[in-house]
Amino acid sequence: MDLSGLHSIAERERHSRKPNTIRCCAAMGCEAARSRQVRVALRSAVAAAGRQDSIEVQGVGCLGLCSAGPLVRVEPQGVMYQRVTPEDVQSIVAAVDGGTSTAERADLSHPFFTLQYPIVLENSGKVDPERIESYVAEGGYETLYHVLREMSPAEVVDEVSRSGLRGRGGAGFPTGLKWATVAKTQADWKCVVCNADEGDPGAFMDRAVMESDPHRILEGMAIAAYAVGANQGYIYVRGEYPLAYDRLQVAIQQADRLGLLGSRIFDSPFDFRIDLRIGAGAFVCGEETALMASIQGQRGTPRPRPPYPAEAGLWGKPTLINNVETFANIPPILKRGGGWYAAIGTDKSKGTKVFSLTGHVRHTGLIEVPMGTTLRTIVEDMGDGVPNGRALKAVQTGGSSGGCVPASEIDVSVDYESLAALGSIMGSGGMVVLDDSTDMVDLARFFMEFCADESCGKCVPCRVGTAQIYRLLERFVAREATESDLVLLEELCDLLRSASLCGLGQNAPNPVLSTLRYFREEYEAGMASIGASRGLIREPAVVGRPA
Amino acid sequence: MIAVTLTIDDRLVSAGDDDTILHAAHDAGIAIPTLCHFEGIADIGACRLCLVEIEGSPKLFAACTTRVTEGMVVRTDTERLRRHRKLMIELMLSERNHVCSVCVANGHCELQDRAIQAGVDHVRVEYLYPKFTMDLSHKRYGADPNRCILCARCVRVCDEVEGAHTWDIGGRGIASHVVTDLSAPWGDSATCTACGKCVTACPTGALFSQGATVGELEKDRSRLAFVVTARKTREWVR
Ligand SMILES: Cc1cc2nc3c(=O)[nH]c(=O)nc-3n(C[C@H](O)[C@H](O)[C@H](O)COP(=O)(O)O)c2cc1C
Ligand code: SF4
Ligand code: SF4
Ligand code: SF4
Ligand code: FES
Repeated sequence: MDLSGLHSIAERERHSRKPNTIRCCAAMGCEAARSRQVRVALRSAVAAAGRQDSIEVQGVGCLGLCSAGPLVRVEPQGVMYQRVTPEDVQSIVAAVDGGTSTAERADLSHPFFTLQYPIVLENSGKVDPERIESYVAEGGYETLYHVLREMSPAEVVDEVSRSGLRGRGGAGFPTGLKWATVAKTQADWKCVVCNADEGDPGAFMDRAVMESDPHRILEGMAIAAYAVGANQGYIYVRGEYPLAYDRLQVAIQQADRLGLLGSRIFDSPFDFRIDLRIGAGAFVCGEETALMASIQGQRGTPRPRPPYPAEAGLWGKPTLINNVETFANIPPILKRGGGWYAAIGTDKSKGTKVFSLTGHVRHTGLIEVPMGTTLRTIVEDMGDGVPNGRALKAVQTGGSSGGCVPASEIDVSVDYESLAALGSIMGSGGMVVLDDSTDMVDLARFFMEFCADESCGKCVPCRVGTAQIYRLLERFVAREATESDLVLLEELCDLLRSASLCGLGQNAPNPVLSTLRYFREEYEAGMASIGASRGLIREPAVVGRPA
Repeated sequence: MIAVTLTIDDRLVSAGDDDTILHAAHDAGIAIPTLCHFEGIADIGACRLCLVEIEGSPKLFAACTTRVTEGMVVRTDTERLRRHRKLMIELMLSERNHVCSVCVANGHCELQDRAIQAGVDHVRVEYLYPKFTMDLSHKRYGADPNRCILCARCVRVCDEVEGAHTWDIGGRGIASHVVTDLSAPWGDSATCTACGKCVTACPTGALFSQGATVGELEKDRSRLAFVVTARKTREWVR
């Protein structure tokens, strides 16, 4: 395979296209709204109208506005319909050549769409995730070609450093720096790992990328492998994502067949293979050292760092581990240059970020915006505000390790530093809007329950501490807490933060601490006024089957 | 190995550059409380009792898994560390059933020792009292998960020293528990060599030799009559 080979695939793909395409979202949100029936109905409606030769019905990845699914988009007209039912499909097909459909039209001039800046999601809803030709037709794998043929590994690392890209898996570590560390470590074998575990409650950004544009991840990983000197890649996908797994597997097979993965890619001396690994659905297996233990077939528990994976990762060898969204940013960065990327976003947080906007907001779904967009823009403009005449109370960002930004701070710029200054985090990109009916203590309890369930159990502060904090929060919710419970709560949070072995335990108190910071009066209201005493012995905890 | 010099609790200490802080401190006669550390097996940093402060970082570090570096300034006994250690011991005591008076390890228990050292005289958090059942299926030893603190010393010593890897940890979070083989009774284990290393390594009363439990005490019933009549017959000497 060479560049002209790629070009001819793209050319053929573009020529074989039918004049009209009806794209029907086949991602999680719309599937749940029964988009499959719509897709089937669309196909029969096209057949019934005798239009098979001119209209293609295509299942695509996420079209963004998940709250209004099933979504259907007609190209090249650029019309989008929302809440489509099988009864609507006939009129949609009839309206392809003009005229109006009975289906509800989505307002594409709404800020939800116009304020987006798709880089990671630029192909989402556009390419057919199951056909490599579709990706190649959008210029896919061309960047890999140029990288392998025209750039040295050091130049690739420099370009990524110049872009200012920071890891999208949560911690925001500079990607270029990580690549440079792995690149300069001497070893006979290195590998690249894509963290596709995505365990945060409510997060589905990585899933959307995998289901919508799997080749983008493969191309990003191949570029990374070339840059750091690795020949083997692993994608660690959580078991709850069977569709993502299938699509990645198909994508790997297709890329293998075209010689875009494997030996001597693009006739260069570079070999690179990718294998998939399925995680059994433990949140902690997203933590990089636990993830690597899991790939090696061991119990997925974190180990102390250093040594970092860059020095001693899989089987003790230097390992580059990045998140799905991080890898998905790589091809456009190498295509358009690090400088182009660095010009987007804020001074210290460059580029765009994908968020899953959910909760008490009119428009929920997947959005990609430049870093530095204010929370107000996201919630009020793009999300169209809080429904049912209620007022905004807070926005929870960063998932279970995150915190709450109170409504009074809604003008905060969404970037790593500004969110951290408010005691929250960017995390992987969950964004839950909360209206004034929300009980913040109960919310904190929900997240603590999650952490207690997901704690791996290795270290004492996290294993026992999350369980004890959860029990304390229960007392506040039941309004039977005491003054000393509040003292104990804060002390336990402090302990978990400073003494836990890994990020799960260290960040588990964040939802409690941030709600304590901004909504302390709700905790105080949870304290019984007089004589609330704790019984000597409460009911035994429910635990797993003993040995 | 290169020799490095560091400061631990205001004392200059020299160590090898692949030494852990715990090792360097130990060599210098500075005691850092530990539970999951066990000489001769790999450290995992699980109990977090050996946490120390390193100047220049707000984070705390486990002395057993952190390597020394040149010029490092370490504190092992600050107010903050004492406070955290105490609470962690309270958490361990709250997690299962630690009624020492009826425990085989009473008086010979590292958890008890650490608790006494840390000045734990009561537990502020709730006792969880999960219901674990004893495993007395092994011909020589017994396991009582109610006393287990999940330090994994048994797991490591069995794997790394005996080479049997009979023990492992199953479940997660507060429901974690040690298992033999694939969670089969210890007595049915095909891999256990009955070497007793796990029992020796266990810091608490969780693993013990058969015959050592309070319940297995041989009682001499004939003495009961003496107790009953002693007052009446004014017989205080046996
Ligand atoms: C408890 C825990 C769970 C994590 N889960 C994920 C995850 O699901 N996906 C992910 O990419 N990173 C996750 N991370 C972060 C990874 O450990 C790691 O930092 C990241 O994959 C590095 O990639 P990046 O530099 O591209 O962000 C998790 C971290 C912790 C502590
Ligand atoms: S902090 Fe929690 S998840 Fe992390 S190692 Fe400790 S017990 Fe496991
Ligand atoms: S294991 Fe130690 S602390 Fe626990 S009950 Fe026995 S003696 Fe007491
Ligand atoms: S049985 Fe003993 S050695 Fe094994 S984990 Fe429990 S306390 Fe530690
Ligand atoms: S002895 Fe270091 S963590 Fe247990």
